[in-house]
Amino acid sequence: MKHFSSRLWMVAIFILFVSACGNGSEDPVTITLVTHDSFTLSKATLSAFTDETGIVVEQLQSGDAGQLVSEAILTSGNPVGDVLFGIDNSFLQRGLDANLFLAYESPLLDQVPDEFELDAQHRVTPIDYGDVCANYWTAAFEDSAVPSSLDDLIDPAFRDSFVTENPETSSPGLAFLLATIARYGEDGWEQYWSALRDNGLSVTSGWEDAYYGEFIAGGGDRSIVMSYASSPAVGVLYSDPPVDTPPTGVLFDSCFRQIEFAGILAGTSEVDAAQQLIDFMLGTTFQEDLPLNMFVYPVNQNAVLPEVFLEHAQLSDNPLLLDWETIGKNRDTWTDRWVELVLR
Amino acid sequence: MIATSSDRVLRLTALVVPLLFGVVFYAYPVGAILVRGFESSTGERVGEVLSSASFRQVAWFSLWQALVSTALTMIVALPAAYVVARYQFWGRRALRAFVVVPFVLPTVVVAGAFEAVFARFGLDGGTIDLRHSVFAVLLAHVFFNYAVVVRVVGTFWEQLDYRPEQAARVLGATPLKAFRKVTLPRLRPALGSAAAIVFLFSFTSFGVILILGGPRIATVETEIWRYAVSRSEFDVAATLAVVQLIAVVALVMLTTRSGRTHSVDAVVMSSAVRRTDSPRQRLSLAGVIAMTVGLLGVPIFTLIERSLAVGDGYGLSNYQALTSRVSLLPTSPASALANSLLYATLAALIAATIGTLASLAASEGRGIGSILDIGLTLPLGTSAVTLGLGILIALDSPPLDFRSRWWIVPVVHSLIGIPFVLRSVLPALRGVGPNLRDVARTLGASPARVRREVDAPLAARAILVGTAFAFAVSLGEFGATSFVPRRPSTTTAPVAIFRLLGQPGDLLRGQAMALSVILMIVTALSALLIERSSGANGGLL
Repeated sequence: MKHFSSRLWMVAIFILFVSACGNGSEDPVTITLVTHDSFTLSKATLSAFTDETGIVVEQLQSGDAGQLVSEAILTSGNPVGDVLFGIDNSFLQRGLDANLFLAYESPLLDQVPDEFELDAQHRVTPIDYGDVCANYWTAAFEDSAVPSSLDDLIDPAFRDSFVTENPETSSPGLAFLLATIARYGEDGWEQYWSALRDNGLSVTSGWEDAYYGEFIAGGGDRSIVMSYASSPAVGVLYSDPPVDTPPTGVLFDSCFRQIEFAGILAGTSEVDAAQQLIDFMLGTTFQEDLPLNMFVYPVNQNAVLPEVFLEHAQLSDNPLLLDWETIGKNRDTWTDRWVELVLR
Repeated sequence: MIATSSDRVLRLTALVVPLLFGVVFYAYPVGAILVRGFESSTGERVGEVLSSASFRQVAWFSLWQALVSTALTMIVALPAAYVVARYQFWGRRALRAFVVVPFVLPTVVVAGAFEAVFARFGLDGGTIDLRHSVFAVLLAHVFFNYAVVVRVVGTFWEQLDYRPEQAARVLGATPLKAFRKVTLPRLRPALGSAAAIVFLFSFTSFGVILILGGPRIATVETEIWRYAVSRSEFDVAATLAVVQLIAVVALVMLTTRSGRTHSVDAVVMSSAVRRTDSPRQRLSLAGVIAMTVGLLGVPIFTLIERSLAVGDGYGLSNYQALTSRVSLLPTSPASALANSLLYATLAALIAATIGTLASLAASEGRGIGSILDIGLTLPLGTSAVTLGLGILIALDSPPLDFRSRWWIVPVVHSLIGIPFVLRSVLPALRGVGPNLRDVARTLGASPARVRREVDAPLAARAILVGTAFAFAVSLGEFGATSFVPRRPSTTTAPVAIFRLLGQPGDLLRGQAMALSVILMIVTALSALLIERSSGANGGLL
């Protein structure tokens, strides 16, 4: 212990050294793609873009979609990156209100069905979509009918069966609230939720606690859970031991459509490179890599789906939709009201 | 003369380096985000939220659950602190290492384990339903913070002169009276430290409240998150953050004051650790160990069991799978673990350096020293949202363009680790009462020599205790990390675990459990290692 203070010095110097280390020089154009933590790609995908264009893509991730949007709003004008991916239709209004994005109309949008192009000014570009739907545990309904409609959830036959998530803290929870508003209208949704509550509804804070805490999949006793249309396929893909029939089925009547967008962040100095990246994200190389990494569907209609999706994943034919501007305007009022109705 | 000038340099360093660190990485970012929040405000909405009944409810609940959590943890963990401080028994070191394990466990994993335990013992329905209750929250807070009391108080207790108690006993005091009148008052600096940490941890607890408490329970911490992230109402979030900070500053000032006024000549430099010599002592020892292992072990055992579950049987395939990347993660779980280990090592080094320097400054001075004492404890009581978003908007341009550097993650972790070092070291330094120093000086030792030969050995042990915590805190940190923009290749283990539990599939869940178990083992081993090195260094201790 004789060199007590000199040891401290060494550590202090080390820290100073670490903080002094800066970036080296960068020759090729480098742009930064900012995403939420759920964003992953196969290793080769972004290098294909670099091979094509000479542009290097750095990635930065932080938190969930809500964190991503809040952070983008707080850093608007001096964004952490050049392109943002991961803002969905439930957050879209908030991002556009904050003028986060520069408009860009990609030529590849002609391969994307019009229904996905929500912003007429092209400040954001649709990249992928999926449905948030209730799932039921197939084995629990061997001797009885499976739930097939939103109304079934308030039927006494399915009493104490359903668990969903708090729309204030969970994205599938919010999607389900929006689904019920889309179905029953501004006048009817409150009544529906009161009935749900009377029928023994359970609410958790997040998806993990619903699926693994209360749903049968994790040892709980609830047989219906708010999850995703892709959940059966993911369940097969990551089953252990391997199975070829999914453990859950989808209640297609409950599905709410989620569309995820990318946009060029205002404040970037690499507009041209950012536009090229948007084009690339709409191209089939990128689009076909999405399903197995993020379990979502490509918006480019020419993209080919992987086999496990073709076999086990299905989307709703008539997903519930709400106009994004309506969502933006009423969201906080709806969730406040929901808290009073369901939690108090 | 040389000794004196190097002493002056050390003194200056002890003030300036922690101050600079605290200002750049904490005070400035937090100040910036609060200012930004209020700039965007119309004031009206803030008043509306603050005057609402639900806000008062939330504030009151945050406070009392943290106070009760702290009291419970102190009561439950104090016997264990005593046992590891005073008794020599087989597995003592292992026990001290074991208690730190909960610190690194992601709350989503612990919550799952608790729920499984509730289900197994029939506590999830019928007459007793712990699911989504305050009791589950309190229980989890005791589980997570048990180690703080055992280690911070235990280490101090071990160095406490045991002769006054003996004297009291000889003079006819009952064991209980001797404890109350003689031991307890002298333990106060350490008790205050431990209580402050447990309170701050419980006050800012996030995952436990959301998952185990359920959607009906909210605290100031979860409300800050909801307003900032879910609603983008930054003015309300900033207001709540200020409320949180005021409460935290008040508490920290209270405990640091009591720590200062109650410094006593507490420390002896000879070990008071002894073997159990009566059947009664052995019985109480066994009881304390059984309780510790039961409380911490049952959820941990559930986790281990889950990590080994493969299909209908058991096996190691979840562990073998960790080296390959599953598609929903940007790296393999194994490399996420490597990232976490690197970050934890850096964070622990930074926390040890800054924390020790700040303790030296704080143990002497009032002025800046006590500002450091209070200021560097605040990050533990600051919402991850405030800290994370603050760094994002404040450290965004040269010369402080740090927000997307890889090392900002360990630096943020170290902010949360520093209070542990500070709170362990300060009682030890203050415990060296003026007498011991005076004796040394009278005998002709220079101030530097007093520091080197009196203060340093006594503090060394406490530094290691604090460093072990800083390491564990970093390994398990999720909240603040999630706000910092990170490269995919630098994904940490807790982030990977959270992602693995974000999609259905036994395979993913099994890997999340296996990764959690490895995190636990690494933590226990590191704690053991740090423990051993303390035995080797401080010959006197």
